[in-house]
Amino acid sequence: MTTPLQAGFDATIARHDRIEPRDWMPDGYRRTLIRQIAQHAHSEIIGMQPEGNWISRAPSLRRKAILLAKVQDEAGHGLYLYSACETLGISRDELVELLLAGKQKYSSIFNYPTLSYADVGTIGWLVDGAAICNQVPLCRTSYGPYGRSMIRICKEEPFHQRQGYELLMTMMRGTGEQRAMVQESVDRFWWPSLMMFGPPDDKSPNSEQSMAWGIKRNSNDELRQKFVDMTVPQADALGITLPDPELRWNAERGHHDFGQPDWAELTAVIKGNGPCNTQRLAHRRAAHEDGAWVREAATAFAARQAEVAR
Amino acid sequence: MSRRDWPLYEVFIRGKRGLNHVHVGSLHAPDDAFAVAHARDVYTRRNEGVSIWVVRADAITASSPDEKDPLFAPNGDKVYRHPTFYEIPDNVPHM
Amino acid sequence: MNDDSVYDGLLGGDSSQWAFGTDFEDPLAGVDTTVPDGVHAAELAGLCLRLGDDALVLSQRLAEWCSRAPELEEDIALANFALDLLGQARLLLARAAAADPSIVPVLPEGSPVPAEDALAFFREAGQFRNVRMAEVPNGDFAHVVVRLLLFSLVRLATLERLTGSPDAVLAAIAAKGVKELTYHRDWAGRWFVTCAQGTDESRRRLLTALDQLWPLYDELFTTDDLRAGTDVVLDQVLAVAGVPRPQLAPLGGAGTHTEALSLMLAEMQVVARAHPMGRW
Repeated sequence: MTTPLQAGFDATIARHDRIEPRDWMPDGYRRTLIRQIAQHAHSEIIGMQPEGNWISRAPSLRRKAILLAKVQDEAGHGLYLYSACETLGISRDELVELLLAGKQKYSSIFNYPTLSYADVGTIGWLVDGAAICNQVPLCRTSYGPYGRSMIRICKEEPFHQRQGYELLMTMMRGTGEQRAMVQESVDRFWWPSLMMFGPPDDKSPNSEQSMAWGIKRNSNDELRQKFVDMTVPQADALGITLPDPELRWNAERGHHDFGQPDWAELTAVIKGNGPCNTQRLAHRRAAHEDGAWVREAATAFAARQAEVAR
Repeated sequence: MSRRDWPLYEVFIRGKRGLNHVHVGSLHAPDDAFAVAHARDVYTRRNEGVSIWVVRADAITASSPDEKDPLFAPNGDKVYRHPTFYEIPDNVPHM
Repeated sequence: MNDDSVYDGLLGGDSSQWAFGTDFEDPLAGVDTTVPDGVHAAELAGLCLRLGDDALVLSQRLAEWCSRAPELEEDIALANFALDLLGQARLLLARAAAADPSIVPVLPEGSPVPAEDALAFFREAGQFRNVRMAEVPNGDFAHVVVRLLLFSLVRLATLERLTGSPDAVLAAIAAKGVKELTYHRDWAGRWFVTCAQGTDESRRRLLTALDQLWPLYDELFTTDDLRAGTDVVLDQVLAVAGVPRPQLAPLGGAGTHTEALSLMLAEMQVVARAHPMGRW
């Protein structure tokens, strides 16, 4: 039976209006949002590591500044998203605990290692490109604070993708060794990038409800197709080959046909068996634990100051 | 909220040519002075000529989503506190 | 709201939002770098190189904190300081190279590596002019607080004086740096007091870091007349924190390096050196 509260909620969703923190919402909606926003926030924070791995070795001072600024942005994005999630009644501290306990996930792409400086470019181009395809529709997501965080984030992402593509373009104009680095890097990241959109629609259990609630706006397969169509001409302009023998233009559909990623691999990585799962979580746990005394000191100091003021 | 969590602050910024302070987001800080510093680092990228206000989220009083309905409008509710829910029996007419 | 407009509108146009304390292109593009009459070019280059190396090396250490800070807000702050110093380093190394091109390492014919990068990536540790305070390895958060406080106090005084340099380029670089360093000093000072007055553990860690770094403090002063002004500020911070001024002698060997620098450079320079003809 539909309650008046549920009816009000449904009407808001149907009008494509936003649900705000103090509006009534079904428990399932709240749980789904917390899971999705937290996963998104964790992805930004864990995502600092693969690229951060190359800050100390950036081959020019200009590239070092760009890379550091970009990784710093990711910390900022994580912060915005944790804040959005906190409006649903869960603290950042609790979210971090859930991440470290393995009870909340982050994007599987960050469980792959970065093995050359070209990976900085490839991550910007493909991984951030895929993220943009996922995120732009989320600016219209039904939950207000999430949508507003996404608008702020989407303002910064194009810079991330552009710096990556520009790095690869520059390297392609460099030496033969550099061109080989770019191709090798794209070969490694192409399939994991396609996996970023999640499993195929017929194997994505939560998608339908999320679409109905207006949390998600497009299906996994729609977004994946959009990403491939967007990326193919960019790869041509770059002068590299995407590692998919089935990739070709289908004039009838008006889209590219492409091969399927190894979905068993995605399942394994999500379950914790990717190349870097353990390393990424250990890094985050170490930073969190090493910082505990600092957070406590600041809290103690603030309490003492408040005491003095009273 | 966990004991170790720094309190949540809301951040308002007025740009160089802006008329009013505008809400830009939230952050955590141990106290007001750190909150201003954090706001500067996180939300302005150290731009000069901007004015920053920070206020603890639990000091903000917010209007109810639906002012017409006293059931959902407990006075003095906090904007970012855990939202409170009322179990409303189905037979209560909704205004 | 239209999906595509969010994305499209931001691709072109105004990129000023990405100015993270430094221009990403040629740091001295469009600037007249002629050395003014009465200024000794080699001396100017030497001064810029020393200040640039300090900024570059400490920036490298600060950037190592990225993704490791106690809280996200502090991660962002430390990255800002690293970016500020990196920006200063680029300007100063470019200024040094323009003032005296003979200091720039010679690369293979046709190498596209710009002068700032030739200086940063193709010199040996022994050719770096930075102080040891900038290069010693990171410790805990108290260590970065103490290092940043001591370093920015002295660098701020140094750059304040250089805003009156007869070389207009250096004077402008110094003026930009003064604003940045004032903020670094204030941040470090606030955390210094917080650690000193926070918990027993934070105070213990702060005092340990201060004892570790204090012997390197003396080397920061290139001229003794900067000491008085700097000491006033430092003594204020120490007084508020309730921390006595350490009574430790300066470490011998001023002007040399620790074993840590060549290790740090081996990492920093590895990709650039593997591709002397590379474009990045």
